[in-house]
Amino acid sequence: MRILRFLLRKEYRQIFRDRLMLAQILLMPVIQLVILGNAATFEVTRAKLYVVDQDHTVASRGLVTRLVASGRFMLGGTSPSMALADQAVLQRRVNAIVNIPAGFERDLVTTRTAPVQLILDAKDGAAAGVTASYAGRIVNGYAAELSRARPRIAISSRNWFNPDLSYHDYMIPGILVELVTIGGTLLTAINITREKEIGTLDQLNVTPVTRAQFIAGKLIPIWSITLVEFAVGLVIAMLLFHVPMYGSFALVWFVAAVYLVAALGIGLWVSTVAETQQQAMFVVFFLLLIYLLLSGLFTPLTSMPVWAQWLAHLNPVMYFVAIMRAVMMKGAGPADVVVPFVVLVVYGAVVLTLAVRQYAKRTG
Amino acid sequence: MSTMAKRTPGAGAPHARRRGALTAFMIKEVWHILRDRQTLLVILAIPLAQVVLFGYALRTDINRIRVAVVDPAPDYATIALRSRLTATPRFEITHVLANAAPLETLFRRGGADMAIELEPGFGRHLKAGEPARVAFVTDASDPNSSTTRQAYATAVVNDFAAQMGDAGGGVHITLDQRMRFNPTLASVNLFVPGLIALVLTLISALMTAISLTREKERGTLETLLVSPLRPWQIIVGKVAPYIVLGFLIALLVLAAAAGVFHVPFRGSVALLLGESLLYTLVSLALGVLIAARTTSQRTAMMAALVGTMMPNVLLSGIIFPIASMPGWLRAVSVIVPARWFIVIARGIMLEGVGLANLWLETAVLALMTVVLLAAAVRSFSARLA
Repeated sequence: MRILRFLLRKEYRQIFRDRLMLAQILLMPVIQLVILGNAATFEVTRAKLYVVDQDHTVASRGLVTRLVASGRFMLGGTSPSMALADQAVLQRRVNAIVNIPAGFERDLVTTRTAPVQLILDAKDGAAAGVTASYAGRIVNGYAAELSRARPRIAISSRNWFNPDLSYHDYMIPGILVELVTIGGTLLTAINITREKEIGTLDQLNVTPVTRAQFIAGKLIPIWSITLVEFAVGLVIAMLLFHVPMYGSFALVWFVAAVYLVAALGIGLWVSTVAETQQQAMFVVFFLLLIYLLLSGLFTPLTSMPVWAQWLAHLNPVMYFVAIMRAVMMKGAGPADVVVPFVVLVVYGAVVLTLAVRQYAKRTG
Repeated sequence: MSTMAKRTPGAGAPHARRRGALTAFMIKEVWHILRDRQTLLVILAIPLAQVVLFGYALRTDINRIRVAVVDPAPDYATIALRSRLTATPRFEITHVLANAAPLETLFRRGGADMAIELEPGFGRHLKAGEPARVAFVTDASDPNSSTTRQAYATAVVNDFAAQMGDAGGGVHITLDQRMRFNPTLASVNLFVPGLIALVLTLISALMTAISLTREKERGTLETLLVSPLRPWQIIVGKVAPYIVLGFLIALLVLAAAAGVFHVPFRGSVALLLGESLLYTLVSLALGVLIAARTTSQRTAMMAALVGTMMPNVLLSGIIFPIASMPGWLRAVSVIVPARWFIVIARGIMLEGVGLANLWLETAVLALMTVVLLAAAVRSFSARLA
């Protein structure tokens, strides 16, 4: 215990002595949170709409008015020529074209059905799909308005947990997870490989310090600093971004403490494989890339193919992101998150054991 | 003969010798890269894993919607609507509930994505010609998915309504939707152009910065300085192998994307390679600039991450659309090189446009190259002198 205390004192001192490092540890997450919090959004903005109205009737103008008045589109140009519209898309001046063919109103009156073409620039990915579903809703509403008949089925919809459809509320809990994961894992891996590279690890190995003491001496400072970082990030998220916290602050913090054991364990494992800091950094990058992309942070889990969903279920980041979102946005209590929590506990124990074993083998 | 041989070292030969030294220096650098198998492997694996993940796993289309149906009084119509949902491949009924009370817990635990509440007497109202009421309740924590799920459910219910009999006098506007440049909304098509930027940044900025500071840290840069190599030769010798490596990996990514995932390539390959070279120069200049101003590998690493990787990934539109960002962040994104390169790469690959539509972006990149290269050379020679 005495040895561990000395080791801890040394580690804390080393971290707090290096002002640059300290600034990186404490300031970086704040900056990242501010930038990422604002940048990491798939919020669908108003599409700039080019109107090609070849009909010029009350009905066609009515449709254009409905589209623009919905707040989902803004007028980016209008002409009867598809060629000009196409040019506007290629020059990135607009990102959608609505093409109302001649005879639109006449067809509506005579055959009670008429086609309209909507062309979306799909270069921004998911946004085009969402814009398309808005357009569908507006067009259907307009058709219902024109027919003046009572609908057979009246549909109403409610958005639970996020009535304003705010993207910040959804992304920021996940971004906090990303920040502590990258910070904790990278710091652990680089810190230990550095001792290896400088040669001080060999020196430590010939001292009476046991492996468990050495590892605990390395992990505890990083673990505690990352937890402080997490709390700071959480407060910033709530004050600056007004992210809701319907559940308990203590619950997410406690889960973070458990989760970080797994994250740091991965960093420890990397440090046993890598010889240089550069190698450690690249290996951590590679692992985190897969962990983060398969966590449901950026794309919905249910959209993944089955094999990827299986992989995602082996991923600790996925469980923590799910818990954060459930607790913060939906007010989930301990009973609601017990399954993912237990998985995290098991994961942490397994990863840490494996890493310590691997470490023992390498330096033995 | 001998006098000639003695005189030449003063004139032409040192030049030749220096050029020979430059080649030797480059060969040494190539060995350094090849020797570190682990780093090389990871550098290759990162972009390839990304292509695979984005090609297969990361999709934003919603195709499996887990529905809880709240049906307090099942009748012929609610059963028909339920089987209609089950028959739609996109929907999967996971729960049938008699009342809405358990919904909150269900959503909290992530057991369902949306609920469809049918009113008691749904079938009776439908038969009587009164509007039969349906309510969609979505777990809107993910806003885009929630909107899309509602749209799909609306389509199914409207179809069902039409099947149950025409309302009479209704008109129908068919919306024919076309997704330009990426009809299937496949994320891999959008991401591959970005991935090329990422690979080039990773190798030309991050690797060069680290490799230059390593020579500094170990003191071997001093050794190089007293060698016959000129400062510019040291820099060229250091960075040239990385340019080649970066290009090779970028080509590999392109080949994998085109061969396996059939990512379209509609424009000119030569133009894309030329633009990539321009982008590589910008990244290299940044890498050299960072190396000149830092002394340890760790600081260089962090500076390269924060100064090049992060903005190039986050503020470039590779993942997150720039149009969705707040104004101040859009303003910051203007100085991010990848932001311009992405427009160029997507333009060439997906739209098939040429320089006529991309001259502005190209000019911005060229300007950045000139400014950053000048700054890098100045700052590096100042440190070396």
